[in-house]
Amino acid sequence: MHLFIQACILGLLAGGVYALMASGLTLAFGVMRVINVAQGAMIVLGAFLSYTLFTKAHIDPFVSVVLLTPLMFLVGVALQLVFIRPLRADEREELSLLVTWALALGIEGLLSVLYKTNYRSTITSYADKSWRVLGYHLSEVRVFAFGMSVVILTLLYLLLTRTEFGRTVRATVQNPVSARLLGVNVDKVSALGFGISVATATAAGAVFGMVTPFFPGSHYDLISRLLSIIVLGGLGSLGGAIIAALFMGMAEAVFAAEISPTWSSFTFFIVLIAILLLRPQGLFGTNERGAL
Amino acid sequence: MSRLTRTGVLRAVVVFGALAAFPFVFPAQWIVNIAIFTLMYAGLATAWNLLGGFSGYLSLGHAAFFGVGAYAIAIAFTHIGIGGSGYKPFFALPLVGIVVALVSVPIAWVALRVRAATFAIVTLTLLFVVQQLAFNLHHLTHGSQGLALPPPPFDVSTFEQPFYFAMLGVFALAFFTCWWVKGSKLGLMLFSIRDDEDRARGVGVRVTGAKVIAFALSVGFTGMLGGVWAYYIQFIYPQFAVDPLITIGAVLMAFLGGKGTVWGPTVGAFILVPAQQYMAYKLGASELYLLGYASVFLLIMLFLPRGIIPSISDHLARRRSGRPDEPPGAVASAPRATLPGGMAP
Amino acid sequence: MSATLLGVSGLTKRFGGVAAVNGCSFQVDEGTITALIGPNGSGKTTAFNMITGYLPADSGEVTFAGRAVKRPNPTRLYRAGLTRTFQQARVFPGLTLLENLTVAISQPWRTLLRRNVAARDRERALTLLEEFGLERLGDRPAGELSFGQRKLLEFATVLMGEPRLVLLDEPTAGVNPVMVEQIERHVRELHARGLTFLIVEHDMHLVMRLCNPVIVLDGGATIKQGPPAEVQSDRAVLDAYLGT
Repeated sequence: MHLFIQACILGLLAGGVYALMASGLTLAFGVMRVINVAQGAMIVLGAFLSYTLFTKAHIDPFVSVVLLTPLMFLVGVALQLVFIRPLRADEREELSLLVTWALALGIEGLLSVLYKTNYRSTITSYADKSWRVLGYHLSEVRVFAFGMSVVILTLLYLLLTRTEFGRTVRATVQNPVSARLLGVNVDKVSALGFGISVATATAAGAVFGMVTPFFPGSHYDLISRLLSIIVLGGLGSLGGAIIAALFMGMAEAVFAAEISPTWSSFTFFIVLIAILLLRPQGLFGTNERGAL
Repeated sequence: MSRLTRTGVLRAVVVFGALAAFPFVFPAQWIVNIAIFTLMYAGLATAWNLLGGFSGYLSLGHAAFFGVGAYAIAIAFTHIGIGGSGYKPFFALPLVGIVVALVSVPIAWVALRVRAATFAIVTLTLLFVVQQLAFNLHHLTHGSQGLALPPPPFDVSTFEQPFYFAMLGVFALAFFTCWWVKGSKLGLMLFSIRDDEDRARGVGVRVTGAKVIAFALSVGFTGMLGGVWAYYIQFIYPQFAVDPLITIGAVLMAFLGGKGTVWGPTVGAFILVPAQQYMAYKLGASELYLLGYASVFLLIMLFLPRGIIPSISDHLARRRSGRPDEPPGAVASAPRATLPGGMAP
Repeated sequence: MSATLLGVSGLTKRFGGVAAVNGCSFQVDEGTITALIGPNGSGKTTAFNMITGYLPADSGEVTFAGRAVKRPNPTRLYRAGLTRTFQQARVFPGLTLLENLTVAISQPWRTLLRRNVAARDRERALTLLEEFGLERLGDRPAGELSFGQRKLLEFATVLMGEPRLVLLDEPTAGVNPVMVEQIERHVRELHARGLTFLIVEHDMHLVMRLCNPVIVLDGGATIKQGPPAEVQSDRAVLDAYLGT
């Protein structure tokens, strides 16, 4: 039982970070019908950037998040303008898959040139510290990472619900055509939405680098997990993605603790298959492209 | 659809005749080595095209089946103790193809219940599942240590030739299947799915069946190519046998040549693979090579998303009918290989 | 004569909290041209989508040709003789006109890899194209057609399956008056040959001269079913349209 609860705690903390990673992915899909296969690579890029700032300039990763996210937001907007907008609307959904995949490769290639293909880890002074609460270990880094994810997701939620921009985003998610008719500048929303997506990936990357060793090729593993999460949550549904991320984080940790650590990454695939069989639109999704 | 015209058949005879004569004309090992990889990718791209190009369901996980084929051959000939090498692994290829195709049916049935975007996600995930399996099923695959195949007892001077012809054989099989399907009722069904799947369902097209058949054929050929590859390179690791780059290479070539066309993927492979091998020799460092790959891909996606063959045949069509250039997209919403010709009577 | 071909009872669909179709019931008798009308948002297209299996209903029953349709599925319904067109005139733009028609022929699996279209089917496709005045374009891709021509092609395509009941979703929306006449003529001819129609249409003049009976939906439920003259003078119908 103790092991089970410990695993649940660990999984919940990891799930919070997954939620942050997946939020951008599902948001980009909602706004543009673009599945950003490069999201994993953006996270790894974020991990390398904060790693560099930490090792070279001794900036704590939690601080570097504040510096990096605005910067990467702009990079995201630029990437959208250069690589995604030129795709013809009727082919965008399929071509964007390949374009973002190529972007992922490009980022992996760039990182491999700059950093070689060794595993790295951002090891802060508090990396090994943990609190003991009622006999359970709470790793400080993981708690901070979870906290930061909650803060950023809350900000994202407020942005989407309380601002004019958020309203245009939600209108675009629900129906791009009507949104356009109502005067929403869908192109602008798409670019900014992609920027936000990349910004969240960067923030997630900074903490990812502290809890998991990473190398340029780590993004493959990440993206397959994240894609499973957003399918589970229902493509385009932010709330769904968060709940799915917490669930998957815990399911993976419990599986690893109780059954087998080697096979724990299969949890994602098993859940993905189950969801496709039982409820293809995901837990909180509507019919993905509404039949008509 | 694509009629069996005299010029079409003639073109195929000339190309495959030339390919059969190639290793005798250019017997140098390094040339045949490049040719083997060119044929492998031509086959992979053609097989991918059968599903992705025809039905519009973009699979990002074909490398999974390439890996399954590779490990099937490797495991069969190291573990099960058939032991014999020589030409035996080649004779097992059809069996590998059939088994991979059959195994893929339930996967396809699940993955194809959903729309194209989710399908792409599932196939991508499948790729990493198979890679993980290759790592984790240690007693079968030896995990990350890799699995060695019995060395082929071929004469050193013509060592590459059996592999060349095996690749050529599987490629030809994939190519002619693709050609045949394109002109068949199945091809028509797949194209209607690509154009508007909901509408296809509404006019009685059995969409799931058509998609599953295309998927099974497509991954069957992919598995066979994986089998030849494994025997050729003799030592396989999970990360190389189930490599996302294999899928992306095939997809890239199909797009460059023209997806949905019969010749496009082959043209794409014949351009890209030699160029890529040359780059690999020149640049050496595999990191730069990855960047080069990504750049070429992005350039093609942005500037030539319809591919070489559709662009050329459109151009010819306009010249012939004496019409000025139409704005792209007027007719181009679905790239076609051939001029819109009638069905064979 | 008037056997019920299509029966709909208690059909309901909710989107979020809003009932788009709410306990909708009506029937279409064999050999009629039935109209389904109602103000915007009254649930006509949603009802169409449920009847033809594109949208799962929350509750309600559909019977076709005397049989309950358990899990409606467009492909199976097409084979059973129920088919539809779409408001947006959907065709396969990458296929030629002839191919658009021949893909709609039900064929057994074993003929899947056959390259040639059976002479009979080709004949049939050509005849239909001729009937709809599209024969000259038979070898052109459907993507080149005008909107009106697409409507005709879509109409012709659904006839390939030799249907008993055709659901037309706004057949004349967005086409020119000449084309409207042409479509009306086709409906009348096909009706004379024994085909039954269920038509969603906004052009009331067309509905009143072409259809009988007329079914009126409002707020997702049937409020009136009867001959056009009766419907026209019905108080509830007027209220629904005038929004009082």
